[in-house]
Amino acid sequence: MARSGRRRRDRMRWSNLYTFSCFRAQHGHAGDAGPSSDGAGAVGGPGFSRVVYCNNAALQKPLKYVTNYITTTKYNIITFFPKAIFEQFRRVANLYFLLTAILSLTPVCPFSAVSMIAPLAFVVGLSMMKEGLEDWRRFIQDMKVNNRKVSVHKGDGEFDYRHWKDLCVGDVVRVEKDQFFPADLLLLSSSYEDGICYVETMNLDGETNLKVKRSLEVTLPLEEDESFKDFQAVIRCEDPNPSLYTFTGNFEYERQVYALDPSQILLRDSKLRNTAFIYGVVIFTGHDSKVMQNSTESPSKRSRIEKKMDLIIYILFTVLVLISIISSVGFAVRIKFDLPNWWYLQPQKSNKLDDPSRPALSGIFHLITALILYGYLIPISLYVSIELVKVLQAHFINQDIHMFDEETGNTAQARTSNLNEELGQVHTILSDKTGTLTCNQMDFLKCSIAGVSYGVGSSEVELAAAKQMASGADDHDIPLQDIWEENNEDEIELVEGVTFSVGNNRKPSIKGFSFQDDRLRQGNWTKEPNSSTILLFFRILALCHTAIPEINEATGSIAYEAESPDEGAFLVAAREFGFEFFKRTQSSVFVREKHTSSEGTIEREFKILNLLEFNSKRKRMTVILQDEDGQILLFCKGADSIIFDRLAKNGRMYEVDTTRHLNEYGEAGLRTLALSYRVLDESEYSSWNAEFLKAKTSIGPDRELQLERVSELIERELILVGATAVEDKLQKGVPQCIDRLAQAGLKIWVLTGDKMETAINIGYACSLLRQGMKQICLSIPTGEQVAQDAKKVAKESLLSQIANGSQMVKLEKDPDAAFALVIDGKALAFALEDDMKHMFLNLAIECASVICCRVSPKQKALVTRLVKEGIGQTTLAVGDGANDVGMIQEADIGVGISGVEGMQAVMASDFSISQFRFLERLLVVHGHWCYKRIAQMICYFFYKNIAFGLTIFYFEAFAGFSGQSVYDDWFMLLFNVVLTSLPVISLGVFEQDVSSEICLQFPALYQQGPKNLFFDWYRILGWMGNGLYSSLAIFFLNLCIFYDQAIHAGGQTADMAAVGTAMFTCIIWAVNMQIALTMSHFTWIQHLFVWGSITTWYIFILAYGMTLRSRDNYQILLEVLGPAPIYWAATLLVTAACNIPYLIHISYQRSCKPLDHHVIQEIKYLKKDVEDQTMWKRERSKARQKTKIGFTARVDAKIKQIKGKLHKKGPSLTIHTVS
Amino acid sequence: MNSHAAGTSNGGSGDAAAGGAARRNTRMPKYSKFTQQELPACKPILTPKWVVSVFFIVGVIFVPIGVVSLLAARDVVEIIDRYDEACVPSNMTENKLAYIQNETISKECIRNLTVTKDMKQPIFVYYELDNFYQNHRRYVKSRNDAQLRDASKANQTSACEPEKTTANGQPIVPCGLIAWSLFNDTYNFTRGNENLTVDKKDISWKSDREHKFGKDVYPSNFQNGALKGGATLNPKIPLSEQEDLIVWMRTAALPTFRKLYGRIYFDLKENDTITVSLNNNYNTYSFGGKKRLVLSTATWLGGKNDFLGFAYLIVGGLCIFLAFAFTLLYFIKPRKLGDHNYLSWNRHPAGR
Repeated sequence: MARSGRRRRDRMRWSNLYTFSCFRAQHGHAGDAGPSSDGAGAVGGPGFSRVVYCNNAALQKPLKYVTNYITTTKYNIITFFPKAIFEQFRRVANLYFLLTAILSLTPVCPFSAVSMIAPLAFVVGLSMMKEGLEDWRRFIQDMKVNNRKVSVHKGDGEFDYRHWKDLCVGDVVRVEKDQFFPADLLLLSSSYEDGICYVETMNLDGETNLKVKRSLEVTLPLEEDESFKDFQAVIRCEDPNPSLYTFTGNFEYERQVYALDPSQILLRDSKLRNTAFIYGVVIFTGHDSKVMQNSTESPSKRSRIEKKMDLIIYILFTVLVLISIISSVGFAVRIKFDLPNWWYLQPQKSNKLDDPSRPALSGIFHLITALILYGYLIPISLYVSIELVKVLQAHFINQDIHMFDEETGNTAQARTSNLNEELGQVHTILSDKTGTLTCNQMDFLKCSIAGVSYGVGSSEVELAAAKQMASGADDHDIPLQDIWEENNEDEIELVEGVTFSVGNNRKPSIKGFSFQDDRLRQGNWTKEPNSSTILLFFRILALCHTAIPEINEATGSIAYEAESPDEGAFLVAAREFGFEFFKRTQSSVFVREKHTSSEGTIEREFKILNLLEFNSKRKRMTVILQDEDGQILLFCKGADSIIFDRLAKNGRMYEVDTTRHLNEYGEAGLRTLALSYRVLDESEYSSWNAEFLKAKTSIGPDRELQLERVSELIERELILVGATAVEDKLQKGVPQCIDRLAQAGLKIWVLTGDKMETAINIGYACSLLRQGMKQICLSIPTGEQVAQDAKKVAKESLLSQIANGSQMVKLEKDPDAAFALVIDGKALAFALEDDMKHMFLNLAIECASVICCRVSPKQKALVTRLVKEGIGQTTLAVGDGANDVGMIQEADIGVGISGVEGMQAVMASDFSISQFRFLERLLVVHGHWCYKRIAQMICYFFYKNIAFGLTIFYFEAFAGFSGQSVYDDWFMLLFNVVLTSLPVISLGVFEQDVSSEICLQFPALYQQGPKNLFFDWYRILGWMGNGLYSSLAIFFLNLCIFYDQAIHAGGQTADMAAVGTAMFTCIIWAVNMQIALTMSHFTWIQHLFVWGSITTWYIFILAYGMTLRSRDNYQILLEVLGPAPIYWAATLLVTAACNIPYLIHISYQRSCKPLDHHVIQEIKYLKKDVEDQTMWKRERSKARQKTKIGFTARVDAKIKQIKGKLHKKGPSLTIHTVS
Repeated sequence: MNSHAAGTSNGGSGDAAAGGAARRNTRMPKYSKFTQQELPACKPILTPKWVVSVFFIVGVIFVPIGVVSLLAARDVVEIIDRYDEACVPSNMTENKLAYIQNETISKECIRNLTVTKDMKQPIFVYYELDNFYQNHRRYVKSRNDAQLRDASKANQTSACEPEKTTANGQPIVPCGLIAWSLFNDTYNFTRGNENLTVDKKDISWKSDREHKFGKDVYPSNFQNGALKGGATLNPKIPLSEQEDLIVWMRTAALPTFRKLYGRIYFDLKENDTITVSLNNNYNTYSFGGKKRLVLSTATWLGGKNDFLGFAYLIVGGLCIFLAFAFTLLYFIKPRKLGDHNYLSWNRHPAGR
C-alpha cells in the first residue's frame, strides 16, 4: 500500500516536540488530571450509564442509542401542520385575529365569517409557507451532512464506506486527513506511531490552531485494518452532555480497565489535520454528540421600530377597546330606553343579543361585536405587509452586487429579515479583530538586524498616509474621501526620497511575504557588513518554531502548518531568504541553505534538544539545538520587553537601534518580535537538561510552575540579533470603512482576544488610535497576588484608574482632544461587575475609541450587553469566529463575516457579509433605506387604518350602535388586502429618499436613523392625527352630501349601499393620493401600484356589481352612482379635503425647515452638483460627522499639529484648512 | 461559551472547502436594474412653483364647480310638510299611540300645501321619516334575497328573524322585518279639482326590479301574523312590480331618510294650492319619529343640496388663499432651491 509507506516516514515521536502541553504521563491509565480520576469512580453511577460495546453490534443494539442521523429541522411532514399552526398562534396578534375569526362564526359578528377567516388564513398560510421553506432548506442541509461517507469497519478487518447517518455507537471508523469526524470518537490509534493526531476545532470554538489528541497506549497496536478483526472492548462513560472540555469514562480492554480523559476524545465537527488517518470508536452519535448538545437556538430579535410599533398597537388597541365600550354602552342604553319603542324591530321577539329587558347582557355581547367591527384599526394586513416588505428588502440586500465578494463568491445575506430597519439605527459597532478587521494573514514586511532596518515595503497605514500627504498637502479643501475613491495607481514620492509604490506593485506574489529590500534578497545580504548576524537571524527564523512542513507532492513546493500565522510568515520569509525549512523529524530540523544565488544549496540538519513552547504567559519561545558542528545553540524569540529583560551584558549591542526600529514598526501598525540567541557549552546544557527532565516528569499541579522556573534558568544571557515586523494584514478597505462609519457618527469598539500590544497596533492600523490621542489603559497590575485580597486590591486599583481617567476626560479643555480607552481582559472582568460597570461605561462613552484586549467570548457578550443596555441605543456586533457567537447573539444586530473561519458566527448572525468593508454599504445604504421605508410604511399604515376604521365608528353613532357597517363586507375585506396593500408595500420596498451614491457620499444622512427622525412620537402622532382628520372629513362630508336629497336627476335618494360605496371610493382615493404624496421615488412599479389600486377599485365595483350576490351593490356603479355627478363631485372634494393639510405640512416643512435629504434632493434635481462641483465636494466633506477616530480624523489632527507649528514659527504663514 | 449555534456541521464543511471559480461566478448576483434598486424613477420635488400651482389649480377648478353646484341647488324647489302631529285628531294629541293603533279611527287627513315657486315637472313626491333606524343591524339583516328573487326558494327564510314564518310554520314571502314594516301612508294630490295623479312607476332602480325581485314571486302569508307591521301587499302582483316595497327594501343609511313615493307630471305654478289627502297609517308615534311629505324638483345634480356647492367653494377658496399665502411665504422667506446653507451641518455649525 502506498499509504503505509508514507506512514512509516511520518512516524515520529511528535509528542516530544510539545514538551509543555502534550506531555504524556508515564502511567497511561492513571490519568494525569485530577477530575478524570474522580470521574472514573463515578462510572456506572447516575449520569454515567453509557455503555459502548466496541465492534460488537449484537451487544450494542439492545441499548438503543440514537443513530448518527441528525436533524436540525423544526418539523417533519406529519408534525408540520399542527406544530407550525401552533407556532403561528403563539403570536398574540394572530391569536387575536383567530379569536375574531372564531367569533365571526357566531351571530355576534357584524361581518360574514368568510371576510374574517380568509385574511387570517392568508396570513397564517403565508407565514407557514415561509417556515416550511426555511425548514426545507435546513432539511437539505441536514441531508448533505447525513449523507457524507465515512469508512467503517464492517467485520473481518474490512472497512467500507457508509453514510454518516448509518453510523452506530460502537462502530470502528477510520477518518482520513482533512475529514470531519462523523461523531464523537474515542481515538484508538493514528498514522503516527505514538497514537497522536492533530485536530482543528474551528467549528467548535473558533480557534484555528491545531490541538493534539493522543490515544491510550494499549490501543496503539490497532494500527491496521486487519487488526480490528477481533477487537473487542467496552467503554463505560458519561451520558451525553454539552461540555466540550470534559469527558470521563473507562475503557475495558483485555481484562484491564483504563481511564479515559478528554484528550482521547475526537469531537464531531472537528477536523483531522496533519495526520494521515486515525481509527476510532464511536461513542456519541447524532444528537448525543457534544457539538449537537451544545447547539442553542439563536434568540429571536426584534427591531426597535417593531417594538415601538407594538406600543402603538397597544395604544390603538386601547382606542379600539375604548370606542367599543362607548359603542356597547350606547347600544345598551339604546336597547333599554329606545328599543321597546322601535316596533319595527319587533323588540318583543328579541334574543339575547338585543334584549331590552337585559340591556347589560346585550351590551356585553355587543362589546365583542364592536371589537370585531372596529378591528380595522389593528389590521391583520399590517403584519403580512411588513413581513413581505422585509423579505423583499432582504432579497435586495442579498442581491446587492456591491456587496459581492469575488474572492469567496459570497454575497451579503440577510439571514433574518426582521432586523432590516434596525441597520439604519446603529449607534455602536462592536467588532472582533481577527478575521474581521484583519485577514489573519501575516506578511513579513520589515526586519531590523544588527541595528539596521531592512525592508522598504510599506504597511497599509503608511501607504494611506503617503497618499494623503501627496494629495492633500497642498489643497486641504479636497475632501478626504476622494483620496480613497481615486484609483491612484501611480507612485508617490515622499520626503527623504523614499518611493512608495502604490497599486499593482502592492500585491505580494508570495503569500505571507511582502518584504522588499534588495540588500537582503538574492543573497545580497552576504555583502552586508554584519552578514554573520544576518545569517544567525535567518537561522532563527528557520529553526525557532513548531511548524510542520507540508510538501505538495504535485508541485514540490512546501507549505507550512504553523500554530500561528506569524510563524508561517517567518518560515516563508526564511525560505525566501534562502533558508528553506523542509523537513522535520523526531529529533531534527532540516534546512536547505542557499547563501548566494551562485552557490548551490546545502542541506543542514539541526538536532533539536529542547523546545520550550510559546504561551501567552511566557511570551517567548525557545529552541535549544545542536548544529552539525556539535555547537549547542539556544534561539529565543519573543516580545521585545521580555527579550530585553533577559539580554546578556554583551548582548545589548543593538538594543538602542532595535528599540527605535521597534517603535517605528509599532507606529506603522506592525506586529513585532525580538530575536536573540545564546551559545551554550556542553556542561552547562547537560546540567540544565537534567533539571529540566526532572521537572518534566514530575507529577502534580506544580509541574507547570517547575517547568517555567527551569526554563527561566536557561533563557537568560541572551544576545540580541534583531527584530521582525510582520503586518497583520488588514482586510481590504477596512481603514476606509472605519473612517466612513465614524463619519456617519457610529462608535466603534474593538473586542479582541489578542494581547494588548497587538490590539493597539491594529488600532493604529485602522486609525482607531493615532498619535496625540490620550490613551487610558486599564489593566490589573501583575504583582504577586497570593492572598484572597488580591481581588480586592485589583479592584481598588482599577477603580482608581477609572476615576483618574474620568477626571482626565472631565478636565480636558481642548475640544479636539481625543481619548482612547484600552482595557485588558482581566481588568474587564472587574469592570463588568455590577458595581463598576456604569463607571466604566461612562468613561468608555467619553472616549473616541475603545479597545478591549484579551477578551473571552463570554466577556465579549457581556460587554455587548453592557453597551446595549447602558447606552440604550442599537448595537451591532460583527465577528467571524465561534468566539464571537455570544457577542453576535447578544447584540441588537449580529453580523457574521463569512470568511475563512468556520460558519459558526454566520450561523448565529442576523446578517452575514464576506468582508468588513461591506458593512458600510449594509448600514449606510441598506440600513438607511430600510429604516426610512419601514418607518414611513408603518406610519402610513396607521394613518390608513385610522382613517378607515374610525369612519365605521362614526357610522355606529348614526345606526343606534347596532353594529351595522355602512360598507359591504367585501369592501372591508379588500380594503387592506387588495385595494391599499400594494402601494404601501411598494413604499416599503422601493422608496429611496436619495440614491445609494448619495447615501455613501453624505454619511451624515445616516444620523437620521439613530436620531430616529422618522419614527418619533411627533411623526407617529402627526400621522395618526392626519388619519383622524381624514376619517372625519371622509365621513361627514359624505354624510352631508348624501344626506336625504335625491342624488339623481331621476329623483332617487341614496340608500345605505350608495352612501357606503361613495364613502369607500373617497377613502380609496384619499389614502392612495396620500401615499403618492408621501413617496418621493416613483418607478413604474409605484405608478402601477398606486394608480392601479384606484383603478382596481372601480374594476372591482363594476365586477362585483355584476353579481347578484352583491345585494344592494348590484349594479351600483353602473346604475346608481356612475350616472350621478354628485358621486364624482364628492370623490373629488373629499380627496382634496383629505390631502390638503398634509400638502400644507410638507410644503411648509420643505420651504422653512428642510431636512438634509430634501436639500440634497433639490441639489440633485437642479443638477447643481454638476454645475457647482466645488460646493458639492465641500458639502460632502462637511457632511461628515465630527469624529475623533478614523483616518480622516487622524489626518485632521496631523494638519492641526502642523498648523500649530507653523503658527509658532510666524504669523505670516496661514494655511487654509478644512473647517 | 457554550452557545454554539445549531446545525454546526452544516456549515464550515463542504461549502467552505470546495469552491471552484466556475461556481463563484454563478453565485454572483445577476445585475439587473431591479435587484440593484436602480430602476429609472421620477423623483418629483415639491418646489415652490409646484406648491403654488397645485394650490392655485385646485382652487381654480373647485370654485367654479362650487358655483355651478350652488346654482343647480338653487334651482330646486322643495315643499316640505310635516304632518305626523297635524294629522292627529285634536282630542288625541295626548295619546297619539292609541290613535295610530286603533284601527277603527279613520286615518284620513287633509293637508293644503302652497307652492312657493314655479315647479317644473317631473315633481318628485317623497316621504321623509325621522328617527327611524332602517340601518339597525337587526333590521338590515332581516331579509332574504334568494326568496325575493326566486319563487322556488320561498322556504329560504333564514336570516329573516323574527319575521320568518307564520304561527303554523308557513314561510312568509317576503319575509323579514324590512318588508314587514313597509311604509303604508298614502297620498293623493289635487289642485283645485284637478287630480294630480301620482305616477308610481319607475321609482325603484331598474336592476332591482329586473334581477332582485322575481317576476314570478308573489307575496304570501304576508302580514298574516298576530303582529301587524306596515303595509299589506297585493298577493296578485309579483314582487318585481311592488315598487314601494322595492324602494323600501333599499335600507337608508341614516335614521332620517327620504324615499321616493312617486312622480307628478304636472307643472306647478307659484301660489298654487295643492290639497293632499293622505292616510296617516304608519306608526311613528311610538318612537317619536316625524313624518314629512316632500314635493321637490330635481336638477342634474339631484335635489336641493347647498352643502356640496358651499364645500367646494370653501375648499377652492382655501386653496387659492393657500396659493397666495405660499407665494407670500416664498417672497418673505425665500429659500433658494438646493441651497446648501440649509443642510443641517451648515445650519448648526456648533452642533456639528
